[in-house]
Amino acid sequence: MSTNNENRKTYYESIINQGYSRRDFMKFSTYMAAFMGLESSMVGQIAQSLENTPRLPVIWEHYQECTCCSESFIRSNHPIVADIILDRISLDYSLTLMAASGHQAEAAKAETMKKYHGEYILCVEGSIPLGDDGNYCCIAGKSAKETFLEAAAGAKAIIAWGSCASNGCVQAAKPNPTEATPIHKIVKNKPIIRVPGCPPIGEVMAGVIMHVVAFGRLPKLDRLGRPKAFYGKRVHDTCYRRPYYDAGLFAETFDDDNSKKGYCLYKLGCKGPMTYNACASMKWNNGVSFPIQSGHGCIGCSEEEFWDNGPFYERTTKVPGFAVESNADTVGKVTAGVLAGGLALHAIAANISKRKELMDRINRGKSNEKNIDS
Amino acid sequence: METKNFKRVMVWELPVRFFHWVNVLSIIILTLTGFLIANPPALQSSAEATNLHSFGIVRFIHFSAAYIFFFNMILRIYWSFVGNKYASWKAFWPFSKKMWNNFWHVLKIDIMLLNEDHPDVKKISIGHNSVASLSYLVLFLMALIQVFTGFALYTDTSGWWLPKLFGWVSPLLGGDFMVRTIHHITMWIFIFFSLVHIYLVFYHDWLEGRGEVSSMFGGYKFVREDRIKKDNTDENKN
Repeated sequence: MSTNNENRKTYYESIINQGYSRRDFMKFSTYMAAFMGLESSMVGQIAQSLENTPRLPVIWEHYQECTCCSESFIRSNHPIVADIILDRISLDYSLTLMAASGHQAEAAKAETMKKYHGEYILCVEGSIPLGDDGNYCCIAGKSAKETFLEAAAGAKAIIAWGSCASNGCVQAAKPNPTEATPIHKIVKNKPIIRVPGCPPIGEVMAGVIMHVVAFGRLPKLDRLGRPKAFYGKRVHDTCYRRPYYDAGLFAETFDDDNSKKGYCLYKLGCKGPMTYNACASMKWNNGVSFPIQSGHGCIGCSEEEFWDNGPFYERTTKVPGFAVESNADTVGKVTAGVLAGGLALHAIAANISKRKELMDRINRGKSNEKNIDS
Repeated sequence: METKNFKRVMVWELPVRFFHWVNVLSIIILTLTGFLIANPPALQSSAEATNLHSFGIVRFIHFSAAYIFFFNMILRIYWSFVGNKYASWKAFWPFSKKMWNNFWHVLKIDIMLLNEDHPDVKKISIGHNSVASLSYLVLFLMALIQVFTGFALYTDTSGWWLPKLFGWVSPLLGGDFMVRTIHHITMWIFIFFSLVHIYLVFYHDWLEGRGEVSSMFGGYKFVREDRIKKDNTDENKN
C-alpha cells in the first residue's frame, strides 16, 4: 500500500527497491508481453516504459462482490504482479488489501482523487445496487452508487473487474432483488474496460493493467468493451478437447468411460461453445489447469446473465416464460403435436363442410371420364 | 352434365420453383443437422479422435446448407423485382385494401370452412392468397432471424468477410447464449410453418382441383376459361 503519494517512483525503481533483480524484471516484462499476445519485439517497449513511467495511481473499489477477483489477481503467474503492481505500489485505495482503515483510508482516497484528478485508473469489483436508493451496499456511510459516481468523475479510465462489475453476475440473476447493475449502465462518459469472469484470470487482469501502464492507452476492445486479446475467442475454439468434439466423441455422464477418456463435455452442458474467455489457452493457477481440463464443463461465467441461461449440466435451450424444466424441444414437440392434431381435425371438418362442392366436382369428373372419345 | 373449362397458366416461373425446392432441401438439411448439433447422438466408436471427423462433417453440412439457404434467398429477393406478378414483392405487400379483402375471404372460406351461397370465381386467388403470402412474409422474417443469428454464431470461426458482417449481432443480444436460444426456437417455427404449409397445399388441391400440388413442379395452375381474356390469351387476368 502506497502511503507516500508525493514520491511517485517509476515501476522499475519500485521493482528494484523490492529486491528483485534486473533479470526478474525482464522476465516479468516478457511474461506480460506474452499474456497480452504481443510479439517478442514488444518486450523492450514494455521494459522501457516501466523504467520511465511513474506509477499510475489506482483506486480499487469493492461493491457487491465476493473478492474473488482480487484473490485471482494476487495469484497471477508472476510474483511481481502481486508484490509490485497491486500490493505495494499502485494501489491507493482497496478495501481488502490496504493497511489503513476507516477515516484514514477514506482520506487517502480523497487525496488521490483530488491530486490525480483525470489521471487515476478506477478499478471496480462488484455490481452496484440501485434498488431502494442503493441502500443494499454502503461503504463509509455512502451508498455504492454515490461512491462510484464520485470516483468515476475524475478517473482516466474505468476497469470493470469480473462478471459483477461487467454483467451483474449472481446478484443480478432473476429476480435481481437489489437491482444490481453493471457499471457500464451507470457511467457512460468514461472509457470502460470490461473484464468479465467469475473471477477473471489473474494473468488477464495483470495484462490489462500492464497494457494501460506500458502503452498509456486502453487495449483494443471488442464490441462489448472486453479486451480483444483475451476475449476474442470462445473457450471452445481453443479447448484441448476440441478434437473430440469434431470427432463426435462425447462424455454422456460424468462417470462414464468416455468421460474418463477425456472426451468432449458438450453434452454435459459445457458452455464453452458460447463463452468468450482465455481459460483454455492461459489456464488457471499458474497454468496448471482449467475447468474442462479438470473434467468439469465450462459454466460460462464470463458471459452475460450466465446464471439465468439454463442449467449448468444440461445442453438445453430454455424458453423464456416457461417453467425451468421445459426446454425449447419439449415445447416444440408438444406444439407440433397439437398443430398436427388441429390440422387433422380441420381436414375432417373441411370434407364435411364442403361435401356438396366436392361431390359435384367428383361427379362432373366421373361424367367426363365416361364420355372420353378416344 | 356440364363441366367447367380451364386454361393452363404459368404461375410459378422456373426461378421461383428452383428457389422453392432448394429452399425445401436446405431447410430439411439445416433442421436435421441442427438437431444433431444441438443434441449429438452417442457415438459408439473406439476410433481415435484423430481418425474421426463425424461431428465436424455434420457441422460442415450445416454451414454449407446455410450458405445455400442464404444465397438462394437472395436469388428470390432479386426475382421479386423482375419476375411475374405472382412472384413480385407486391404480392407480399401487406398494406393494400385488396390484400385484406382477400384475407378475410380466405379466413372465412378456407380456415373457418364456411360456404358461400353464390361463390365468385374471381375471389379465388391465382397466385398466393393473402393468408399464404402473409405467412411467407413472416417466414421471410424468420429466415432473416436465422441468417443473422446463424452467421453471428459462425462469425468467430470464419475468416471470410461475409459472416464477419454479422459480428455485431451477438453483442447486441447480450452474447452467444441468447443468440443460440433464438436460433433454436426459430427453427421450430420453420417446422410449424412446414406442417401447416404442406397441409394447406393438399387442402387447396383437394378442394379446388386446380393443380395446386403439381404447380410447384411444372409451374402451371389451371384457371377457369371465363377469367381469361378471349382475344389476348398471353395475359392473365385476375
